[in-house]
Amino acid sequence: MSPARKVLNSAAVLVLLAAANYAIEHGVGDFQLNPYYARILNLIGINITLAVSLNLINGLAGQFSIGHAGFMAVGGYTAAYITVSAGARIAGLLGGTLAGGPGAAAAMIVSLTGGALAAALAGVVVGIPSLRLKGDYLAIVTLGFGEIIRVVILNIPAVGGATGYTDAIPITNVFWIFLVAILTIVIVRNIASSTFGRALATIRDDEIAAEAVGINTTRYKVLAFVVSAALAGVAGGLSGQLFANPLSPQNFNFVKSIEIIVMIVIGGIGSITGAVVGATALTILPEALRGFDQQFPGLRMVVYSLLLIGFMIFRPQGLFGRREFGLHWFGWPNRTKIPVALTDTADARAHTPQRPVDRRGTLGGSDTDD
Amino acid sequence: MTEVTGRPDSSGGRGAEGNVPGAEPLLRVQDVTKRFGGLTAVKDLDMSVPKGALYGLIGPNGAGKTTVFNLLTGVYRPTEGLIRVDGARMDGRQPYDIARAGVTRTFQNIRLFADMTVLENVMAARHLRSRQWLVDAVIGTKRHHKEEQQARDRAFELLKIFRLDGMADEHATSLPYGSQRRLEIARALATEPKLLLLDEPAAGMNPQESADLMDLIRWIREEFRLTIVLVEHNMKVVMGICETVQVIDHGEAIAVGTPAEIQGNPDVIEAYLGG
Repeated sequence: MSPARKVLNSAAVLVLLAAANYAIEHGVGDFQLNPYYARILNLIGINITLAVSLNLINGLAGQFSIGHAGFMAVGGYTAAYITVSAGARIAGLLGGTLAGGPGAAAAMIVSLTGGALAAALAGVVVGIPSLRLKGDYLAIVTLGFGEIIRVVILNIPAVGGATGYTDAIPITNVFWIFLVAILTIVIVRNIASSTFGRALATIRDDEIAAEAVGINTTRYKVLAFVVSAALAGVAGGLSGQLFANPLSPQNFNFVKSIEIIVMIVIGGIGSITGAVVGATALTILPEALRGFDQQFPGLRMVVYSLLLIGFMIFRPQGLFGRREFGLHWFGWPNRTKIPVALTDTADARAHTPQRPVDRRGTLGGSDTDD
Repeated sequence: MTEVTGRPDSSGGRGAEGNVPGAEPLLRVQDVTKRFGGLTAVKDLDMSVPKGALYGLIGPNGAGKTTVFNLLTGVYRPTEGLIRVDGARMDGRQPYDIARAGVTRTFQNIRLFADMTVLENVMAARHLRSRQWLVDAVIGTKRHHKEEQQARDRAFELLKIFRLDGMADEHATSLPYGSQRRLEIARALATEPKLLLLDEPAAGMNPQESADLMDLIRWIREEFRLTIVLVEHNMKVVMGICETVQVIDHGEAIAVGTPAEIQGNPDVIEAYLGG
């Protein structure tokens, strides 16, 4: 894409987002979007950012992290705190207020940047020691981190402690939420399809071979972790400053982390398209099932869980496997190839010649048998 | 014990390189010992591999050949001793760092990047020669596109050499066994090594494939100006292409010499046939 084309595309996206934002806030003619739907739309955007960013570390680099809500909390509280303490002054510098216009935009950008940096810093602090661990051990450390963050926030009176940060100023809107979601998709896609994406994929596939071809696995794991954390921090900043969505430590418990993981698993781990679709589906689904609660309170979550279980039985590789949506679906030449996106893992397994299974050393069989 | 290379003189250390120009071997292993707890896997090993050599490392099963490779590539850290490549110390460095310094290997049990394509496997090995920053990739700078194109072109060239270009978009693990072995060598070459370590390259190959492999190894040595050390059980391959062969048994070097010398060496025959 030529630079001029890039600028044009970006401008078009901004105009479209601004128009959509205006339409949702002020209505078009007689039509006014139901605030309930508007809220679901906002949550979809935030969840897309969360899922796509988690996909970088869990999907592409193959490191199982379940502390994403922790980074979201760090970013959310930092961003909200920045807006509360300095937002009005930042808006004032541009001669505006937090109510809207360039003043609010400046406050939004500053607060989200602050949230991203704080979350990235948390990513470095957690990532450097814990990414030497693998699999289950890494999962437990990240889980622990998420809980520590929650408990720490619970004990900071300046941001409301257990009652939640009720002072937070709602300056988030559809424009910012979807701008961030689009930027996240572009950033993660560009990383995935670059030499850095290949480096991360080698770590997922075989760390020993990755080191043997000169890839510093620890460094790239930390890098993926930090980028992923920063993006989660931005998502946190958006959700923490969303109208009628008060910041509370309870919103960032490990259930939230699991929710994001379920989104990328349903969509297909490693697929950006999958993460977007998974995030959208899992935001809408619990709302769409509300009717069940009227028949029997609590039935909704039972149905929701059963649907997830059923889905995993019939499509364990997720909706998209590792494939990506692109113009090549319609026969267009595929120029931007995502390195990992070719076949479902399930398909790949089918092609892999089966080696005889060596049962020595597994539970049951043993080398002490004579 | 047949000693062809003399023990390094005690002045060793910093004075060793550059005494006589060109005399320093590309790979020099001095008194390397590796112990795992009470088990000594490699003991007082000396190796001296001249630049451009095709050097074979053989020995009975469990002799410690793969351990030697793991020491050379930094997977293990020697308990004692020095490893130098082109005069630079390698012992104690991380595997990725050693790969950057120009030492790459293949694995006895093939280790390809299973969920990547054939082309991506080779392109991934170009990463260590990449000069771009993460930002270059994120915003898609000129440098990013140029490097990406170069990596792709170079990877394709290598695939052509190894007759794998027709399968560039296949899943690496869907290739037949012999092709997977060739792909692993192609991937190793993509890092632009000075020293290539091949761990049983002919394992599982039929006689025709091993003969082709021998030609290929000889050819890549010339083409890429490589020094090659190979571990191999197939004696036809080792004796057919190596100029120097070193035999190790129970982690100790028992003989070094030309294939003819090794074949007639009583210690070697004893190690292979004796109890």
